[in-house]
Formats: sequence, C-alpha cells, structure tokens
Amino acid sequence: MAEHATRGDPMITARGLRRTFRSRKKTVEAVRGVDLTVGAGEIVGFLGPNGAGKTTTLRMLTTLLKPTAGEATIAGHDLLADPGAVRRRIGYVAQAGGTDSACKVGEEMVQQGRLYRLPADDAVRRAGLLRDQLDLKGLDDRLVKTLSGGQRRRLDIAMGLIHEPPLIFLDEPTTGLDPQSRANMWTHIARVRDELNTTVFLTTHYLEEADVLCDRILVIDAGMIVAEGTPDELKRRVSGDIITIEVGGDPERARHILANGAASAIGISDLDITDQTLRLTVTDGDRALLAIMRALDGADVALSAIQLHRPTLDDVFLTLTGRSLREDDQAPAKAAEPAEQPS
Amino acid sequence: MQTLTDTWLIFKGQMTKSLRNPAWVIIGLMQPILYFALFGPLLQNVVKMPGFAQGTTWQQFFVPALLVQLALFGAAFVGFGIVAEWREGVIERMRVTPASRLALLLGRVLRDVVTLVVQSLVLLAVGVAFGLRAPVAGVLLAFVFIVLLAIAMASFSYAIGLVLKSEDSLAPLLNSIMLPVLLLSGILLPMTIAPTWLNDLSKINPFRYVVDGMREAFLGHYGTASVWSGLAVAVAVAIVCVAWGTRVFRHENA
Repeated sequence: MAEHATRGDPMITARGLRRTFRSRKKTVEAVRGVDLTVGAGEIVGFLGPNGAGKTTTLRMLTTLLKPTAGEATIAGHDLLADPGAVRRRIGYVAQAGGTDSACKVGEEMVQQGRLYRLPADDAVRRAGLLRDQLDLKGLDDRLVKTLSGGQRRRLDIAMGLIHEPPLIFLDEPTTGLDPQSRANMWTHIARVRDELNTTVFLTTHYLEEADVLCDRILVIDAGMIVAEGTPDELKRRVSGDIITIEVGGDPERARHILANGAASAIGISDLDITDQTLRLTVTDGDRALLAIMRALDGADVALSAIQLHRPTLDDVFLTLTGRSLREDDQAPAKAAEPAEQPS
Repeated sequence: MQTLTDTWLIFKGQMTKSLRNPAWVIIGLMQPILYFALFGPLLQNVVKMPGFAQGTTWQQFFVPALLVQLALFGAAFVGFGIVAEWREGVIERMRVTPASRLALLLGRVLRDVVTLVVQSLVLLAVGVAFGLRAPVAGVLLAFVFIVLLAIAMASFSYAIGLVLKSEDSLAPLLNSIMLPVLLLSGILLPMTIAPTWLNDLSKINPFRYVVDGMREAFLGHYGTASVWSGLAVAVAVAIVCVAWGTRVFRHENA
C-alpha cells in the first residue's frame, strides 16, 4: 500500500490551477493560476491571509473541487483524468475535521479504513496502530463528542492516515487548539514525516507553526503564489537581517570602514546612524556579524554592543501580502478604499 | 460490487448511530398513531358515501393512507441529519475517500428504509388490533410501495439538505412542499369525492397514484390499473430522486 517515493521526487506538481466562482452577478477569481511543486517527504506550509485562495487550492488538489483551468499530478496520478486513483493515495484532514460526534472513536477509524478499501482485519490493525501513535489509547469506546479538542484533532489526523497515504493534506491542523495542544500536534505531524516519510502539505495562519514545522513555505495572496522558500530564505529575502552596533568611538568612522572596506563581504544593503548606534540591513546576519566584528576590531573601533535581529515570519508576511496591521504603514493611496469591516 | 460494500459500510455506521437513540423510532410513530386513533373513527360513516370503494371499512381506507403518510413524512425530514453531518465535515471527509458516491447516499437511505419498515409494521399491528382486515399479499405489495416511497423521499431530502446546508431554510421549504403533497394525495379523504377541479389538480401529484394503488392492494385487487400506475409512479419517482441525490453527493460543492 505504502509506495513511498524517495525524498525529492515530486509528490505534487500543479501548473496554472485556476478556479473562478460565480456568485450572483459577479465572477470571483478565487485562484488565479497557481504553480507549485512539492517533493516527497517534505513538510510544506501553505500560508496566506483569509480569502487568499488557500482552501480553494487545497480543495482542488484533493479532488473536492474541479479546477476551472490548469493541471496537476498528485501522488503519481493525474488529478483530472483519474481522481479516483488520487483519492486512494492521499489523506485529507479538513479544517472542520470530519468525525461524526455521535459515533465512537473506534468505529469511525475502522469505517474510514474500510472506505479506503482496507480489508476488515487490516482496518482494525491500522486503527490500533494509529491509536497508539497518536495518543488515543483507551478512547475506542468513547463517543467523539466527548473528546477534548486536542484528542479530536488527533483523531482527525489518524483518520487521514488510516490507509498509509504517501501524501497528507492538513487544512489548519491546529486552529482552535490551546498552545500546549498545538505544540503537541506539531510533534505528531513532524513524526508522521520523520517516521513514515509521509509528505505533508498543510495550510496555516500561524506563522510560528510554519516556522517550526515546515521545510518550505508557499505564500499565496489574492489567488497567486507570491513567494516560496524555506522559512529562513523567506525571512532573508524579504527584509534581510538587522544588525545594530553601538560603538564607543566615532560612529562616522565605523560607518566609513563598513561601507568601504567590508561592505561587499558583509552584503550591507542599508545603513543609518543614530547617535552612537549604527543600524545595518544585511543579507545574512550570521556571517555578517563575524565580518563586522573583525573589520571594526582590526581598525581599532571600540564596540560597546552588537545585536542581531532576524525578521520573524510575521514581518515577511506583512511585507509580502501588503496587509500590514501597523497604522503608520497606511499609504495615502489606500485611503480611498472603504474602511475595514468590523468583525 | 464495491458500491454494495460501501453501501453496507455506510448503512452499518448510520444504523449503529440510530440504534443509540431508539426513542426516535417511537416518536416518529406518534403522529400516524394519533391520526389513526383520533381521526380514523370519524371516517366510520364517511366510507359509506358514494366515491368510496364498495364495502370498504374505515381501517382499510385509512391504514394504507397512513402508511404512505408515514413513509413520506418520516423520510422527508432525514435531510436535517445530513446538514448536521455536513457541518461536522463528515460528508466532505467521505467524499475524499474512494467510496462510491451512490453508496454514500444509498447507505443512508437504506437506514431510513429499514427504520420506516419497522415503524410501518408497528402501525400495521395497531391497525390489526383495531379491526383492520387485509389480505397478506396485499400487505406485502403495500410494503413494496413503502420501500419505494422511502427511497424516493429520503434521497430527495438528503439532496435538498446538502444543497441548502441549513436547517433554517430546510424546514420551511419542506413544509411548503409537504403540505400540498399531503392535501392533494387523498390520504385523508379520497380525491374521488372532490370537485372536478380539485380532483384534476391532484392528478399532478405523483403520490396520489401511490395512495390509490395501496388502497387497492389492501382490498385485494392486485392487477388493476391503479396498482400498476401507482407502482410505475413510485419506481419513477424513486429513480429520479436517487439520481439527483447521487449527483449532489458527486457535485463539487456539496
């Protein structure tokens, strides 16, 4: 059943996926041409603000929604030509979960396995295995509605893994969980990949989650992929790292040294001075830190403090999607737009 | 073959769930039993009027009609259950599995059919206890009608529930469909005593033919035109509703 490809082979390849909805008189372009590639064994995070097209893309990739245009190969099968084969090879855990609160935990897992064509005893065996792996021991005879939020979410994941799919889609797997359950869920998701080499494609709006869990991140905004890379790459690409240096001596001299001699080695893209403090934007803070200290030390400029600040994914996200929450970022051009809806 | 296995799996899951709350089977029976006990006796003298089949007892007239009513109304409201399932994401989860879409519908419908057959047996037993006499073959034929009706109405209700996805719009819609269906079916009084315009109007209601057919069966008349047209209509309605229901389950936005 589990024909897991070696890491690096594409598990998802999508080209030009589009989806338009007609609502009343308007045509809404929810997804406007998404290209993406996910390698086997990767954990890829799919990020975007609400309404960016995350869930629509996910529903297309999981056969729930027919693309208006475009093509995709999922787990080795053509999405449009053979959705049945795609369904057999993927697991999908929706945002809403998908377990029936009036059913018992054990019943749900076994039924799910049987719907994936597992023979009865295999379904029971898989259910038992997943129950142990996902900390659901002793819950077989409990009604789903009596589970805690974290337990129920782990059950959802177990249901998605029942047929040992090489690829699992998780739509906002930790939304609504308390921080402790969330961290616990991250451990479980990481284990699914590490131990079974299952490819994980997840959407999230927790940047911390993407940062901790994902090998690679795709950012979608207004129906298009606007950036992709490892969390570190993204952070570096968008804003660069910030290094602040407090010098004991003459700050202008320090600036001169850094701007001329060492600039190319350090990769400074921006430099300002406020009193005794230099603020540098650099491409790679780790390397730059060392080079700066060497250069200034070599020129006998006394340093009283040096600090590296990496942008968080929050910074990246706001820059990329242009949805800054900070008021001073409001460009005058945006003033014409109607005020935000109170929510 | 796979469709049968899947249908059985869904049926088993749904039935297990229903059996956890068997009270609903009894509650669903309250309405027809009240009609039988508190409205039926009013028909005692009415059945002697012209327009009723000669020699019909009120039980023979009324029990088949109540069975139709039970099947129609019992099955018409199963759509509420699917709205709840949809809200919990159960439908979507199942639609991502390779399970047959027809089975996703039929497994649920089969649960409703079994429930309604059990309820009908209870109602029939009450009827017999209160003086109903009908030939066994006729009663068996009546159960064929009940099964067909239940399949049709349950499929219809699931389809419409999944399209609307809201109890708040489902309830008024079903009520506004079911009331004219009830009034124009001749369940309470036969359409043969209606003024011509009303009788003609009732002919657009498919369930009128089913009620007529079942009454004939209870009287032991099997090969008559009423029975055949009733059966034909019931089969046709069931096929249309199942086809529509399956389409909705397959549909991308369900």
